[in-house]
Amino acid sequence: MLQDKDRIFTNLYGQHDWKLAGAKKRGVWMGTGDMLAMGRDTLVQKIKDSELRGRGGAGFPAGMKWSFMPKNDPRPSYLVVNADESEPGTCKDREIMRYDPHRLLEGCVVAGFAMGARAAYIYVRGEFWLEGNHLEEAVQEAYDAGLIGDNACGSGYAFDIYIHRGAGAYICGEETALLESLEGKKGMPRLKPPFPAQVGIYGCPTTVNNVETIAVAPEILRRGVAWWTSIGRPKNTGTKIFCMSGHVNKPCNVEESMSIPLKDLVEKHAGGVRGGWDNLQAVIPGGSSVPLIPKSVADNQLMDFDALKDSGTGLGTAAVIVIDKSADIIDSICRIAQFYKHESCGQCTPCREGTGWMWRVMTRMVQGKAEIDEIDKLWDVTKEVEGHTICALGDAAAWPIQGLIRHFRPELEERIVEYKRKHGKRATSVATAAE
Amino acid sequence: MPTLEIDGKEVTVPQGVNLLQACEIAGHEIPRFCYHERLSIAGNCRMCLVEMERSPKPVASCHMPAQDGMKVWTDSDLVRKARRGVMEFLLINHPLDCPICDQGGECDLQDQAMAYGFDRSRYEENKRAVPEKEMGPLIKTIMTRCIHCTRCIRFAAEVAGVEEIGAVGRGEQMEITTLEQAIDSELSGNLVDICPVGALTSRPYAFSARPWELRKTPSVDVMDAVGSNIRVDTRGRDVMRVLPRLHEDVNEEWIDDKTRHACDGLRRQRLDRPFVRNKKGRLEEASWDEAFTAIAKRLKDKKGEQIAAIAGDQCDAESMLALKDFMGTLGSPNIDCRQDGAKIGQGARAGYLFNTTIAGIEEADACLLVGTNPRREAAMLNARLRKRFMQGGFKVGVVGEQMDLTYETEYLGAGPETLQQVADGKHPFAETLKNAEKPMIVLGQGALARADGAAVLALGRQIAESYGMVQDDWNGFNVLHTAAGRVAGLDLGLLPGKGGRDVEGILQGAEKGEIDTVYLLAADEFDTSRLENAFVIYQGHHGDAGAHAADVILPGAAYTEKNGTYVNTEGRVQLGRLAAFPPGEAREDWSILRALSEYTGQALPYDNLGQVRQKLIEAADTFARIDQLSPATWGAFGKAGKLGGEPFGSPVANFYMTDPISRNSETMARCTEAFILPKREATGTHG
Repeated sequence: MLQDKDRIFTNLYGQHDWKLAGAKKRGVWMGTGDMLAMGRDTLVQKIKDSELRGRGGAGFPAGMKWSFMPKNDPRPSYLVVNADESEPGTCKDREIMRYDPHRLLEGCVVAGFAMGARAAYIYVRGEFWLEGNHLEEAVQEAYDAGLIGDNACGSGYAFDIYIHRGAGAYICGEETALLESLEGKKGMPRLKPPFPAQVGIYGCPTTVNNVETIAVAPEILRRGVAWWTSIGRPKNTGTKIFCMSGHVNKPCNVEESMSIPLKDLVEKHAGGVRGGWDNLQAVIPGGSSVPLIPKSVADNQLMDFDALKDSGTGLGTAAVIVIDKSADIIDSICRIAQFYKHESCGQCTPCREGTGWMWRVMTRMVQGKAEIDEIDKLWDVTKEVEGHTICALGDAAAWPIQGLIRHFRPELEERIVEYKRKHGKRATSVATAAE
Repeated sequence: MPTLEIDGKEVTVPQGVNLLQACEIAGHEIPRFCYHERLSIAGNCRMCLVEMERSPKPVASCHMPAQDGMKVWTDSDLVRKARRGVMEFLLINHPLDCPICDQGGECDLQDQAMAYGFDRSRYEENKRAVPEKEMGPLIKTIMTRCIHCTRCIRFAAEVAGVEEIGAVGRGEQMEITTLEQAIDSELSGNLVDICPVGALTSRPYAFSARPWELRKTPSVDVMDAVGSNIRVDTRGRDVMRVLPRLHEDVNEEWIDDKTRHACDGLRRQRLDRPFVRNKKGRLEEASWDEAFTAIAKRLKDKKGEQIAAIAGDQCDAESMLALKDFMGTLGSPNIDCRQDGAKIGQGARAGYLFNTTIAGIEEADACLLVGTNPRREAAMLNARLRKRFMQGGFKVGVVGEQMDLTYETEYLGAGPETLQQVADGKHPFAETLKNAEKPMIVLGQGALARADGAAVLALGRQIAESYGMVQDDWNGFNVLHTAAGRVAGLDLGLLPGKGGRDVEGILQGAEKGEIDTVYLLAADEFDTSRLENAFVIYQGHHGDAGAHAADVILPGAAYTEKNGTYVNTEGRVQLGRLAAFPPGEAREDWSILRALSEYTGQALPYDNLGQVRQKLIEAADTFARIDQLSPATWGAFGKAGKLGGEPFGSPVANFYMTDPISRNSETMARCTEAFILPKREATGTHG
């Protein structure tokens, strides 16, 4: 379990002052100028050594991403911070922006300097009204204090930070859709390659990072790579904010060490599963887009990128959604399918057509108004969507259903059989007529 | 030149091609819906997925650049499964209305579903229905069929230059739409061609024919002087539709709306038998013999100076040659092919050609448009100018009327004084021309068909020479014609002979009674009431202005009904072909003149098309080189003189109605109402 001294986000619950004075008391903006003095390459190397992986969901090594930025390019480079946190179950970035905005701003300066960016754009989810206001106020404070601007932190490095508010589309959290939206266009993912590091915002080299990734970077440099790597497992280092919701007694955000056992996490911080651990049905460990795991897997699950991948799911945004036995698991996944149908941008075929199809089949599955072999059809459809789309939304829509079929196929079949029993032999024809 | 391995076979492809093109080079067909060679890459249909080494997912081949050492499979299980999946998704919300769909038989979705699709439907849910969109008189929409490839959006924004189509809504609810108004572009008909399914179909052609019923004849267009390559689709004697034919140097694969949709004018107001005006002053049906006899009687004992001939804008070279030869037998020097009175044709051939060539526009880096509105006069050429503009580094100056050409222009001034300033280097734009490596100037008929036309032409030549527009391998001097037959007429010398009269002279002579007989070869574009005192012979295909003034009418053939040679504004010789026979008694035009010449005493020396074409080559050797451009030699033309003060205009006020065919087209009338005329207020009964 993470000790208090190792916590980075010491104002996660908002007991303290979030403004500059309070932030400085908590150690933010301490020695930032010295960090910059280490030079670009050193900073990138240190982040690489720390094995920090992106906190937005995909878990791509942050240092490597930064190193992709071209060095001698006549175009200006930009850092874009993805604060469009919309993954259902996730609310970690919200708390950082609300209660610790300066940590993010400091991270912008350090990361921006490390990648040679001229400015940072923070794309804030439209619904985060208060958080946007706090950020804007914090940016003003930082300018006034000379921490950013023409001479950021007295280093002679010119760096600006702009806040941009989104309009509440989930897809704008996809990095290239975010760039499109930032440019004022319809939020639709771009084709890759070229990747943003070559052609990003306004055609210039750009790195898009999650709020948490950027916010922890200065602390890693300040406390040292060794400290960071001492937490968690190799390749899954450091601390992580977990968001716990669903059928737990005390839903909460908590900063914990990476690789903590899921059971510990739920029992120690969230007050345990409603009705006890044995009442657990399933856990969605990383936000709505990752496949769920049943209790049997959750019993001994470590919470990090690689361990969850081995269990056929993912850490995602580390939003742990706990589902106890009182819930209709099929209906739960159906609701997620509806979400992805609603949020598909409509650009590419498999996602546009497939999300709607999957949701419609799921609504029938909830009632049991289907045939047994339709479960295989549904599986097949998810496989036709997965991996065939421009961005990862198609995958995100397919995985929860795949997880359901993988672990709860008996429940699906039972529901169908029961429906048939209730409605007699006419079940199939009733189903078609009602459609 | 990257070398890659496709399906186990090594292939070397040109630098810069994408994987899809590389696969095609290697001989593997890749299915696609959204990808189009001339549009930006959207990569959204996902039909072109291929398997690539070191890529866990299949990649969209249309946007993946071909690189050295790649290993690609186009027919693996992974690929086949991916395609089948995408095909299934495209079809689940596509209606099964192929039997009533106009795209049937030439539908990409149909074809590819056959080749790559699944053999049954697994979709048991309700299908999506999408309300139709308003896209004007030319495009019919059945948006339920749309597969969201966004080709139409990209075409409108990139090629046509009108950002009037877009997608609203998200996910399943995404709909392609306009702003509930017709698309104001001369190229909108191409949307029908690029739509891979039956979502956008041709409204005038709706439910009228199936592609397999049509006979397809390659031909060229005569609605403007661009000479767009077309395919004429006929059923029996009816021209059902006109489609573009690929010609990279002329129209690429587009055509404008007049070229495409004016063909219904070929069925209306046709002259299908000879007429002779009787003693009561009424036109009466006659046989060919009666008509020819009436003409011969009138021409008997007339002096050459009393006879005149005017050739129209859509005439083929063969008939113009016959007209010239015929007037020669009558000893008349009064012949002209410039109905609008343009002061061109005397002097070097380069003085009346679009020397830069249409494809050559893409090399230019500065352009001065004088007295022309290319968007209305030559929409395909304007599309090329826009294409060049979109590539960047292309400045366009305009002297003439203010207009929206779909690209950025710099307005310099309205009339000849501005042009003089540019010539004298006193105008800021002169600097642009001076600094350009390959500058060009385009003189429109609006600048040349006026009293000071010769002086403007001379000034244009002066500008061309002083700003380095004429170099060894570059000629930036251009005349943009509006008449499809004009360059051929000038090449053949259908100009006033020694002591001869031009069009204005002929009309004045007719008014004064000095001209007794006027032969109009499909010439309608002037005030024919001025010919009241003369005996008028009209040979043409439509009962238009010329026929109304005529005393004898000889029914000729329209451009789809004869084998004719046309020379476009670049000087490119192209062959139009007979797609349907002329109606009734109407005949090919050169043969009418040939037949008439026997009645007047001196038969023309050719009996078949081959012989006429031989004479054409004798008259001007450029006719021997079909579809080959040879640079015209530079020389003297134009006549320096006093410039007038009037501003330059454009000769084309209404793009949709410029000639007898388009004036008689119902579709063009609808377009005129939709785009040109002021909006009529709806009355209470208008709905």
